[in-house]
Amino acid sequence: MIAWERGWRLALAFVASSMVTVLIGLVLNWVDRLVSARVQWRKGPPFFQPFADILKLLLKQTVIPAGAARTTFVFAPLLGIVAMSLTAVVLLFANFNTGGSFVGDLIVLLYLFALPALAVIMGASASRNPIAGVGASREMTLYFAYELPFLLALLVPVIKVINTPGKLVADGIRLGQLVAFQQANGPFLYSISGVIAAVIVLLCIQAKLGFVPFDIAEAEQEIMSGVLVEYSGATLAAFRITRAMMFVLMPLFLITVLWGGFANWWAVLKFLAIVVLIVLIKNTNPRLRIDQALRFFWFILAPLGIIAVVLAYAGL
Amino acid sequence: MKDPRIWGLKKSPWVYHLAAASCNNCDIEILELLTPRYDVERFGIVLVGSPRHADALLVTGVINRKSLPRVLEVYEQTPKPCLVIGVGSCTCNNHVFRNSYNAVGPYDKYMPMHAYIPGCPPKPEAMIMGVVKALSKL
Repeated sequence: MIAWERGWRLALAFVASSMVTVLIGLVLNWVDRLVSARVQWRKGPPFFQPFADILKLLLKQTVIPAGAARTTFVFAPLLGIVAMSLTAVVLLFANFNTGGSFVGDLIVLLYLFALPALAVIMGASASRNPIAGVGASREMTLYFAYELPFLLALLVPVIKVINTPGKLVADGIRLGQLVAFQQANGPFLYSISGVIAAVIVLLCIQAKLGFVPFDIAEAEQEIMSGVLVEYSGATLAAFRITRAMMFVLMPLFLITVLWGGFANWWAVLKFLAIVVLIVLIKNTNPRLRIDQALRFFWFILAPLGIIAVVLAYAGL
Repeated sequence: MKDPRIWGLKKSPWVYHLAAASCNNCDIEILELLTPRYDVERFGIVLVGSPRHADALLVTGVINRKSLPRVLEVYEQTPKPCLVIGVGSCTCNNHVFRNSYNAVGPYDKYMPMHAYIPGCPPKPEAMIMGVVKALSKL
């Protein structure tokens, strides 16, 4: 009886948090387009534009290209949505119900955040399109590029918690504990290593979201939206929903691990500040080549990450 | 309310620019249409890179024996429902190429067209009007 009730509540939490994330994500998509329009001195689309886009795509015909691996092609987009829904549950629980987080959920999230990129690579490879193949190979390279500095930056809050007397390793990799620790001792961001880690995570978010300057896998002008070139209708809508959910969850993740979590409603302003910063970076930079991006992540951001880790060990 | 499918198509028509052997004049005007000055994203119009994402094909150029099969292939690759809009006088009536052995237009002999926008090249304002007329016909 009690197990049943627990199961229902978990299912409800899963559905509710993913729904909320999709809705906020689509609104943020509008914010993104509005800010971009303002940067370019335009008026921008109305607020329901992302909803109209998704509705239209869902009701449109879905073409499966001849010779494509049908099952993989159709189900790859769902992998991204499922991963992001799980991420939404874990992140929201860690922020709003600190006791609801479990040991190691930081590591689970790292894997879940990798899945949308994997979904894109799978779908593109299944579509039997050479342009999508080029996009998939770029996406893969980019994934290996940004994952190293991302992991190094995330070591900073973990080390800061573990270095405190009386804390265990298990506390450092538990998001609820990270949030509680920051609410007691001040956000990690307010230290040198914290600032470096935040900058690295911000740039990795940019790459994970596939925004300029790291939209190399989807470059519209050179490889015609690359990985998504063969996707149409509902499958394309699924990829756009995944992207919208990531656009909510990645800044929320940054706030959770480095900027004190969602302690009170002022955190909404922090959240919007990060979103607008991401959009402004997107609008004021040219696209990098894939080798430039790799060099940037491995030879500039990764050493910075090592410096941040050393500083965190030194207690700075 | 009306059919949500039509509503979605009207509110977010993504266009694919299909340059089928035109002299580039209409293409340049289409690019001008997408600049911040005219800001067609107000109406949800976005230029996409793949016909799979498109709801409207903007076709330019006189149709000829070489480009016809390619245009038809792109049309077939586009998920339906989709609009096809001819931009420029060449798409309407072969224009200055009307006596050419190679010109086999106009387009509606081969596929359904929703609007023709005459002009050599048409102004961006005329293109916006053409797209609006094509959408209001749905």
